[in-house]
Amino acid sequence: MVGLNSEKLNQGEPKAEVNNLNFYYGSFHALKNINLFVPEKKITALIGPSGCGKTTFLRCFNRMHDLYPGNRYQGEILLDSINILAPEVDPIEVRMRISMVFQRPNPFPKSIYENVAYGLRLRGENNRLILDEKVEDALVASALWDEVKNRLFESALNLSGGQQQRLCIARALVTDPEIILFDEPTSALDPIATTSIEELMIELKKRVTILIVTHSMQQASRLSDYTAFMYLGEMMEFDTTEKIFTAPAKKKTEEYISGRIG
Amino acid sequence: MSDNLKEIRTNIKRRQLINKIFAIIALLTIFVALIILLGLTLQLIIQGAPRLSVEFLTSFPSRKPEQAGILSAWVGTSLVMLVTALAAVPLGVAAGIYLEEYARKNWIADIIEINVTNLAGVPSIVYGLLALGLFVYQFKLGESIQTAGLTLALLILPIVIVTTREAIRAIPNSLREAAYALGATKWQTIWDHVLPSAFGTILTGIIVGLSRAIGETAPVITIGALTFIAFLPDSPFNAEFPFIPFTSNFPWINFEQLFAWLRAPFTLMPIQMFNWVSRPNPEFQLNAAAAGTVLLIMTLMMNGIAIYLRFLFRRGVKW
Repeated sequence: MVGLNSEKLNQGEPKAEVNNLNFYYGSFHALKNINLFVPEKKITALIGPSGCGKTTFLRCFNRMHDLYPGNRYQGEILLDSINILAPEVDPIEVRMRISMVFQRPNPFPKSIYENVAYGLRLRGENNRLILDEKVEDALVASALWDEVKNRLFESALNLSGGQQQRLCIARALVTDPEIILFDEPTSALDPIATTSIEELMIELKKRVTILIVTHSMQQASRLSDYTAFMYLGEMMEFDTTEKIFTAPAKKKTEEYISGRIG
Repeated sequence: MSDNLKEIRTNIKRRQLINKIFAIIALLTIFVALIILLGLTLQLIIQGAPRLSVEFLTSFPSRKPEQAGILSAWVGTSLVMLVTALAAVPLGVAAGIYLEEYARKNWIADIIEINVTNLAGVPSIVYGLLALGLFVYQFKLGESIQTAGLTLALLILPIVIVTTREAIRAIPNSLREAAYALGATKWQTIWDHVLPSAFGTILTGIIVGLSRAIGETAPVITIGALTFIAFLPDSPFNAEFPFIPFTSNFPWINFEQLFAWLRAPFTLMPIQMFNWVSRPNPEFQLNAAAAGTVLLIMTLMMNGIAIYLRFLFRRGVKW
């Protein structure tokens, strides 16, 4: 594996393992031979300049690319030794195990309560008591409960951007996923909302594995335990965040960290 | 004043002038359109108002203009519109959903798209001929309310399909992705999120379609609408409690009676109007104007129902 010091990774059990992943948008080869461990209950950050494929890579983890024609995967992403990219695995199964928080907050135009409950309803849960309890738990865990507990049945669209994003996190969290994918979750938010989301993520890693794409190197260094640097569709370097930001092994990584490319 | 500032000001003046000229032209055009529309409507209403009365709505047509009414016409129009809506809405919305969400985007989809769009522009008489051959002669549905309803449904189907597609296309992908990312199936995504968000626009398309259908004359004459009819379709319900026509043996409901009205002969408001306009006796012109006023009111009522439904639905979405 590229630039990987495997002893360091022993601190975290691998939750997912990416082996020789290639991805194509039609004839465009977007991801080239990617290898990576995603350590369990840690935060792993994907950094790299715009267009390097980090979001594309993230969206492989919940098979989002299956929604659009002409996309093709090669290689494997093992989640508990099942290759979730295999054609015989239903993407819905993957998405029920791995949830996602998007770049722009995208709550449903329904009530706050229904937003969070939707994932449970999809699983056939209609018992009001259980729904109430799980919705509350998720909203507490996403640090939103105190702000919305008196207006659970108002439209989610009346919330501020930061609150909407925390609602989206609650929605992703309520079904107890094994991994949560964050696609630049704070890039549309102001600094205060960003801080609260970051604190929330650090809190969340006690219970769930987190994979985050970020444009901000500060965010990656503040938040993450491991960092992967991608460049032009390739995995340049993957190591502990400390190592990447203090003593990167590759010259490209060092240039990106110090702001010379990107 | 510096030269630079002078230059900027002359430049702004010139561009603002063009801006104002266009605003005036736009205002004039809207006035022309409004005045013509108001003039036509007012003339119709003023001319027809004296004839408007309860008797006018509850009488059958007659040779004597002062006794003639539009009972059979407005009942016919209402029933035909009901059949049209029941046929065109599910078919059109489902087709729109299929084309937008399910169909693969390839050359077959392109051909279907072009065809549907073109169908919206086909002259209505052509639909009349098609319906005469297909519904009347082939399927033997008769010169009846069901044939008229289905014919007009065909006519407005492209409108419903195209607006459904546009409404669905306007829903941002981020909403779909939010649902898919939670593990929703395609149908759950469409039913729970896409359709509720698109409902308002789809409803507008349905109303535009029905408003077109309510005024159509040519295709219904082709399939054999009557111009003079002095009876109503048989009522599906009994006059006494429990109203629904039950029978003593299987299937326990007299479907024959329940759906007999579908096979009844009929006339429509525009046909009744046309019939009166073409008579020499000027008294009948007044009847035509009065019928036109009623038709306008019927259309407005249909629009009103749509607006109310939209309002109700917005509240009903689990906010």
